Amino acid sequence: MKQTPSQTVGPYFAYGLTPQQYNYDFPSHVDGNMVDPLTTPNTITIIGQVLDGEGKPIDDAMIEVWQNDGEKALFGRYGTGTDPNNRFIFNTIKPKSVNGQAPYVTFVVFMRGQLIHSFTRMYFSDETSLNKTDETLNSIPEHRRNTLIAKQNGNQYQFDIHMQGDLETVFFDI
Amino acid sequence: MGDVFLNKADMDVHPPRLHTDYKSTILRAPTKPLLLLKPSLSEYTGPVFGDMNIGEFDHDLTINGRKNGEPIGERMVVHGKVTDQNGKPIPHTLIEVWQANAAGRYVHKVDQHDAPLDPNFLGAGRCLTDAEGNYKFYTVKPGAYPWGNHYNAWRPNHIHFSLFGGGITSRLVTQMYFPGDPLLKHDPIYLGVPPKGRDLLVGHFDLGLTEPSFALGYRFDIVLRGHSATPFENL
Repeated sequence: MKQTPSQTVGPYFAYGLTPQQYNYDFPSHVDGNMVDPLTTPNTITIIGQVLDGEGKPIDDAMIEVWQNDGEKALFGRYGTGTDPNNRFIFNTIKPKSVNGQAPYVTFVVFMRGQLIHSFTRMYFSDETSLNKTDETLNSIPEHRRNTLIAKQNGNQYQFDIHMQGDLETVFFDI
Repeated sequence: MGDVFLNKADMDVHPPRLHTDYKSTILRAPTKPLLLLKPSLSEYTGPVFGDMNIGEFDHDLTINGRKNGEPIGERMVVHGKVTDQNGKPIPHTLIEVWQANAAGRYVHKVDQHDAPLDPNFLGAGRCLTDAEGNYKFYTVKPGAYPWGNHYNAWRPNHIHFSLFGGGITSRLVTQMYFPGDPLLKHDPIYLGVPPKGRDLLVGHFDLGLTEPSFALGYRFDIVLRGHSATPFENL
């Protein structure tokens, strides 16, 4: 059977998909707290912007994060329209390495102007040795590899997603 | 955790990333070729919501936004079946919907279209498919609305859908359109889909699903990427 075609999430997804984050009167079933940061030891925060071809932060992107290391499967969703700097903010824990790969989280990027969503991965800058031997990272030309590696600062990781330009994030055909 | 066999996105039916008639794609579509990825555990699985609490009226947009009366508009009920590419039903999977009101106005704060908000209509809902992959929700028919893509641009009537299926790779966000809508042939978002895929986005009017003296019935079946593991395939 033919797959149902994708269409853009459009500019008005917030009250349907991220209602509580945007203060709509409808309960959210998922948000940026993939774990409860107050009660979860070793919580990390992933923060970043989504930038367009002119380097401007995009204020109507919806980011989903999925990670599954076999022990813990976590999912989060955040819109970039509520933070004053149009950042997404996820609280989660770092996934473990699976089969010797470098740990990563999967990002799914939706926005007006994307007729079909984009997949990418975020790796961790403090996993130097696993990053060095990781098959997927090594399959990426060296000058683009860094677009997938979030910069650690304490328990925070900075991960900006560039849709275009010299720093264009590597997106995957999965 | 879901479990899914990967099939590629079928680019015979999916829209391309860059579709210049839809102007927002120009600064937002990735320009470099996608890199092939060898999937790992997280790509073979995805979030599951089968045991989540769905509110009593989450599937009924004619009720879940009421403040002091009923929403205005043509009441309708949408039925459909969610399957994988082998036609196997996908049970207990989450469907989220959102749409404009009957006047073509979204509740969203950035929608400045000069059409009235309806105090009794939010326009958001969700449901889970049943054990056979079927879903149903009630709403009012969304109106068409103007947008800034080009001179005199209007979006056809549509309902936004978001689905998960068995894994993160079967994730789908799409729109259901209405049969015979004269705006379809002018809409660059709909026309971004290759000709082969376009009819798959149009719901069908169905008198058999129409509830007498209550609501017009439409059918919108959805096929998600991938196929589920079965004992046969594991042999």
